[in-house]
Amino acid sequence: MSDRKNDSATDVPVHSLANLDLETPEKPYLDSNELIINMGPQHPATHGVLRVILKLDGEKVLGTECVIGYLHRGVEKIAENRTYTMFNPYVDRMDYCAAVSNGLGYCEAVEKLMNVEAPSRAQYIRVILTELNRIASHQLWLGTHALDIGAMTPLFYTFRDREEILKIFERYCGARLTTHAFRIGGCQYETYAGFEKDVKNFLAFFAPKIDEYEALLTTNRIWLERTKNVGVISGPDCIALGVTGPVLRASGVKWDLRKAQPYANYSKFDFEIPIGTNGDTYDRYLVRMQEMRQSMRIVEQAVNGIPEGPIMGKVPKVIKPPVGEIYHSIEAPKGELGYFIVSDGSTQPYRLRVRPPSFVNLQALDLMVRGALVADVVAVIGTIDIVLGEVDR
Amino acid sequence: MPWTSPMVEKYRSQYGSGLDPLTYLGQNYLAVDRSLIPDILRLLRDEEQFDYCVDITAAHYPKREKPFDVIWILYSFARNERVRVKTQIADGASIPSCVPIWPTANWLEREVYDMFGIKFDGHPDLKRILLPDGWKGHPLRKDYGILQQDQEWVQINLGIESGQ
Repeated sequence: MSDRKNDSATDVPVHSLANLDLETPEKPYLDSNELIINMGPQHPATHGVLRVILKLDGEKVLGTECVIGYLHRGVEKIAENRTYTMFNPYVDRMDYCAAVSNGLGYCEAVEKLMNVEAPSRAQYIRVILTELNRIASHQLWLGTHALDIGAMTPLFYTFRDREEILKIFERYCGARLTTHAFRIGGCQYETYAGFEKDVKNFLAFFAPKIDEYEALLTTNRIWLERTKNVGVISGPDCIALGVTGPVLRASGVKWDLRKAQPYANYSKFDFEIPIGTNGDTYDRYLVRMQEMRQSMRIVEQAVNGIPEGPIMGKVPKVIKPPVGEIYHSIEAPKGELGYFIVSDGSTQPYRLRVRPPSFVNLQALDLMVRGALVADVVAVIGTIDIVLGEVDR
Repeated sequence: MPWTSPMVEKYRSQYGSGLDPLTYLGQNYLAVDRSLIPDILRLLRDEEQFDYCVDITAAHYPKREKPFDVIWILYSFARNERVRVKTQIADGASIPSCVPIWPTANWLEREVYDMFGIKFDGHPDLKRILLPDGWKGHPLRKDYGILQQDQEWVQINLGIESGQ
């Protein structure tokens, strides 16, 4: 480690009691140098291997620098060396809390490039699973974010209820996290017997649970103290920094790709885009709680309207998109997840770029914590909702 | 396929052959000359309301005279429209940074530099972002093998013979 050039955290004067001159009161008892401390990469509140170098004046944050890449696996390089079908499971390993969303974005991008469309039944199954995954992702966010701030109870509640969603995934495709639920052109698996019933049971089970989470936090005075006016970011700042997803909406910008540029069959469903006004940590909490309720509305409409029919479109066995390029993006739980694919007409992508929401959103951390306290850094990292697998790819 | 719209016609008459508006699968892009960067990007933001820079990326075509494509993906909230801007640059050539236009370009340009070795003039802090600072090579270039590693870095920093 000591050979690394970026190890600037070590160039800090050592403070000890011997340096203090307690006899001469005209000198300050403690000198007020800026302090540079290192947070992470192994830290329970950085949600993975994120390293943040903090420049502090006492407890006040003067500036931060994120050091990332500890989880870099070269996903984009791997894509150039795999066929389109072989690369499909890899996308689940980026945002592993919302693997279904990643798969949806990738499959739709390749379908668009090949000019095929998934059949209607597959679209419904996709929407149901993706929205369930959004709920699961927000549950995981809520549990860990509240735990970081000091509220331990919600973690147990959210993980208990998230289990029910993971059980549906497991019954559908055999996996709980890295689901690989969709295929290019539709879905590999038909729904299992009792799928609709399981989903409806979950909706009935989960509706009162959100109220339970809210009862624990929404009017909790400690929660309000720790989240109100913490990590404030304005709408124009969000746009300038490319921040999307719930963070953007909590700052008052009513923009959701499911409405702005509908993909899959989202235009068929009736739902609202919750927005906030202050752009602080509390508003982002409220927006995500509302999003879970809206996702339930979408799932309910989808599961009641699911048509009969084939689940795979007319896709050749060997996937060979024509020469060209495409950018397709979806509203993942964390923000805009985009795939830019360049095809040279062969079975492997010539270039595949992933536009990860976590990576771009994390860039706003510095702006959001300047002038705040060290404890707020933990709250803000939690509220941006990053997954390091997606930041580092 | 060529792309026609009033906006494109305006720039076409202004810049002439330096600008080639195209469309593919319903997605519009502008292939522009290197000399028009960053002017065209600034115009798109200031006059055409493309206020959100979605992504900056690149692609490597080693057989071409100018082997790198740099691609900006832009979105306008007001128009609900996307556009891509593409330019070709030579190996070792640099390109003006657009951090002054969109602050989000900071990390995105650092990633392009890290992966392709393309330098951005005027970037406030151009250094590697995903790979370690001392790493040699730029992995998304086509001549960089999928199993290739900076063995020297691995031996010095990880204390193992090989990363494989």
